[in-house]
Parts: sequence; structure tokens; C-alpha cells
Amino acid sequence: MGNPKIMAYKRENGRVGIRNHVIILPLDDLSNAACEKVAHNIKGCKALPHAYGRLQFGEDLELFFRTLIGTGANPNVAAVVVIGIETEWTDLIVQGIAKTGKPVAGFGIERHGEIKTVEMASQKAKEYVHWASERKREECDLNEIWVSTKCGESDTTSGLASNPSVGNAFEKLVNMGGTCSFGETSEITGAEDTVKQRGKTPEAAEQFMYFFDRYAAMIDRNKTDDLSGSQPTKGNIAGGLTTIEEKAFGNVQKIGKTINYEGALDKAVAPTGPGLWYMDTSSAAAEAVTLWAAAGFVAHLFPTGQGNIIGNSIEPVIKLTANPRTAGDMSEHIDYDCSAILRGEMTLDESGDNLIELLIRTCNGRLTAQEVLGHEEFVLTKLYESA
Amino acid sequence: MIQFLIHEKADTVGVATVVIKAGEKVHGLFMDTQEPVEVTVSQDIPLGHKIAMQDHETDGAVIKYGADIGRVSEPIKKGQHVHIHNLKTRRW
Repeated sequence: MGNPKIMAYKRENGRVGIRNHVIILPLDDLSNAACEKVAHNIKGCKALPHAYGRLQFGEDLELFFRTLIGTGANPNVAAVVVIGIETEWTDLIVQGIAKTGKPVAGFGIERHGEIKTVEMASQKAKEYVHWASERKREECDLNEIWVSTKCGESDTTSGLASNPSVGNAFEKLVNMGGTCSFGETSEITGAEDTVKQRGKTPEAAEQFMYFFDRYAAMIDRNKTDDLSGSQPTKGNIAGGLTTIEEKAFGNVQKIGKTINYEGALDKAVAPTGPGLWYMDTSSAAAEAVTLWAAAGFVAHLFPTGQGNIIGNSIEPVIKLTANPRTAGDMSEHIDYDCSAILRGEMTLDESGDNLIELLIRTCNGRLTAQEVLGHEEFVLTKLYESA
Repeated sequence: MIQFLIHEKADTVGVATVVIKAGEKVHGLFMDTQEPVEVTVSQDIPLGHKIAMQDHETDGAVIKYGADIGRVSEPIKKGQHVHIHNLKTRRW
């Protein structure tokens, strides 16, 4: 289908964004209040409060920094104000985001108090909002948009129609030179051998198995009653799913049939080139989308069966369902109804085209259901307890 | 209007897209080739559940999405309901 044009924001580092957010990013839980006060003072910016940032260490701390810096660096973000309790760590986040070339400034609360910090940060946020409001959308290629996918509240309509619709769209996006990603390590259990074989190279397959085995070991360390033994769930079985293999194969329909992944990425790590990429994520929707946003993905395709209502602060989430009941009684959450596939009235190929058309409209500025409803789940993945 | 879908030509089961009653002759579609297909169903099939499109022997494989989704635990005739009573995971 060629490489359609979109109107989007070209950022200083060459990446392309589809939104133009000015964000007020807290370094830590203590700084949420100051960020929310700035966002209240200054219209056109948004605070991203979260629960962590104190006394984290080791790999958990590295992931925390990677997620915060990645969120600020995301091309959907025009400019960033960072507020932290300590100046030194606040500066680490600022320096990380500054590598993109975008405007970013940090404020430490210690030695100023919150009221003075809010005043200084508000002045800076106002300057950034004025600046961002004059950035213009320019013509870009659709393949410059990084697109992620995961599903939620799946039922049999997911495996039948909404997941394969994403798979069809992903095949087309990757074939036009785009960058796409899937993850949900826990949901792959049962189909891991097939996913391993979908690696483009033996190295890619080995990288995937490294993350899969790491996940399995984590479950083993922490299990109370075996998580994988409870799969599929009672609800899944009532809906018609029989085995964990069947559930997993329904899930991997999202990567289509004909494309293979370039490599496997750790959480919140950016891909190094175009193509399909596996990223190790939780299957909890808000955590996973937050990780993709931090890795630089700018649009998310989210198939749902029973109706998961998740959103993200900076990466628009496009929801589709093939369940006619969900499309009816939860219509305000659904961007695309592909239930015609179940009636034999639409092919997967047509559905993939429809989804890409909606992606293009979203890139051009159409707000998703989640954005209009204000679903802004910014949820950090924490690997273990703080010191 | 169709009553069931089959993901791929190689699959040995279809999936009911409506509630199907025992004895009904139902019309379906292969999703990959868009070819029509029909089967007479011998047991009630709830929405979203699987119909055998061929006979299956014990210990054979049920193929869906072109992939082995588990082990047949008791013989299944074409047109019967395929679910947890006659299909088991190979994992545990």
C-alpha cells in the first residue's frame, strides 16, 4: 500500500511525533504535588505523577531512570519540566532528555521549598507551552511512526478477528519500512517455541529466549500457586478457549504470519532500526504501554474482547474490538469495531487497511477514545522493593 | 450470514460465531482463502467454542491457527464440540 503521508511533528533528533505535549515530570513521589500545581497554573501542559523514585537500586533503578528519561525523550513530547526533591538526580533526568535536543529544564525542591519551586517551574512551563504551541505539523511518512501493540481483556473474538487485524496491519507497516513492537512475555507462554522461530536471525531468537527464561525464573522465584497452571482462566474456558497453547497462539496473531522480529529488547529500550521488535513487558496493560512509550513508540494498537479501558499520557492508544457486545455497551472506549469479520462481511485484509486508515487519522491529530476520556495511565514497572 | 470461521486451510477445527444447536447444518468461511465451507453439527456449540471439522484419534493433534494447540484425550467425530473434555494441553 505504498507509504502514506501523514502530518506530524519532526523533532530535533529526527524522530517523528504525533502529539505535542509539554510534560511536567516528577523525579519522585515527593514531587508529584509540585508538578500537579504547575500543571494547574499553566494550561496546555500535563503532570505525570507516579509512585516511585526513592531508594531504588541496581537494575530496578536503571529501569526507573530509563523509563523517566525515555518518557521525556518520546517524540510525542515537545518540551519537559522535571521537578525532583534533590537537584543532583533531577539533573540526571534533565541531561538524559536533553540529548534529544528538545527544551528541558529541572528544578530541585530542597533549599527552595515547594512554593518557590512551583513558581519557578511555572514560569518555565509557560515559556515552553508558548514555544510548543507554535510547532507546526509537517508532511512525514507513515513508516516514521513507531507503533506498539498489546491486547487486553481478551476473549475468543480477539483471536478470531481483532488480534489478526493488528497482525495484518503490522505486516503492512513493517513491509513499508516501519518500526513495530510486541511483548507480553507471560501471554506468550505456550507459544514460545513458535515465537522463537519467528526471530529473523539465530541471535534474535536467542535474545528472545533469554528474556523468556528470565521471566519464567522470576515466576518460579515468586510463585505462590503456579501462575501458568491457572491458565487459561475460568473466564477464558467459558468463552471457548481450551489450552494455554490456544490462548498463546491467539495472542501472537497480533504479529501476523509473514514478518519476523529483528531482535529482542529489554524493558523501555529503543529499537536500533526499522522492522518488528519483541520487547520484554508485563502483560498488565498500563505498565506495558508505559514501557513502550519510554522506548520511543508514539502510537499503540490495542485489541480488546470484553473491553479494557486503558490509556496512556503520551502514547495514544487506539482500541479495536470484534466483540459486538463490547462495541455496543462500551462504545465510548472503542475506536474501531471490526465485528463484521465475525459475520463474514469483512476480510482480515480489509480490516488491516481500515486499522491503518484510523492510525493515519490518529497521526494527523484525531484524538483517540482514551484521550478524549482522559485515560492517562502512567504506570512504572518496578522490579523489586526499594532499599 | 455465516455461523463459524476457520482460521486457516490446515486447521482441524472451526470456531462458532453464533450459538449453534445440535443437528444444524452450518455455513462457515476459511479466513485465509475466503472459501466457503459447511458442516453438520452433532452437539450444541456455544458462541466462541470449537467444532471438529474432521475425525480426531486419541493422542492426535488439534490444529488451529495452523498450530498444534493440544492433545486429543478421547476420540472426536467431525461435527462434535471440541473443548476441555476431549482436548488437553501438552504442557502439564
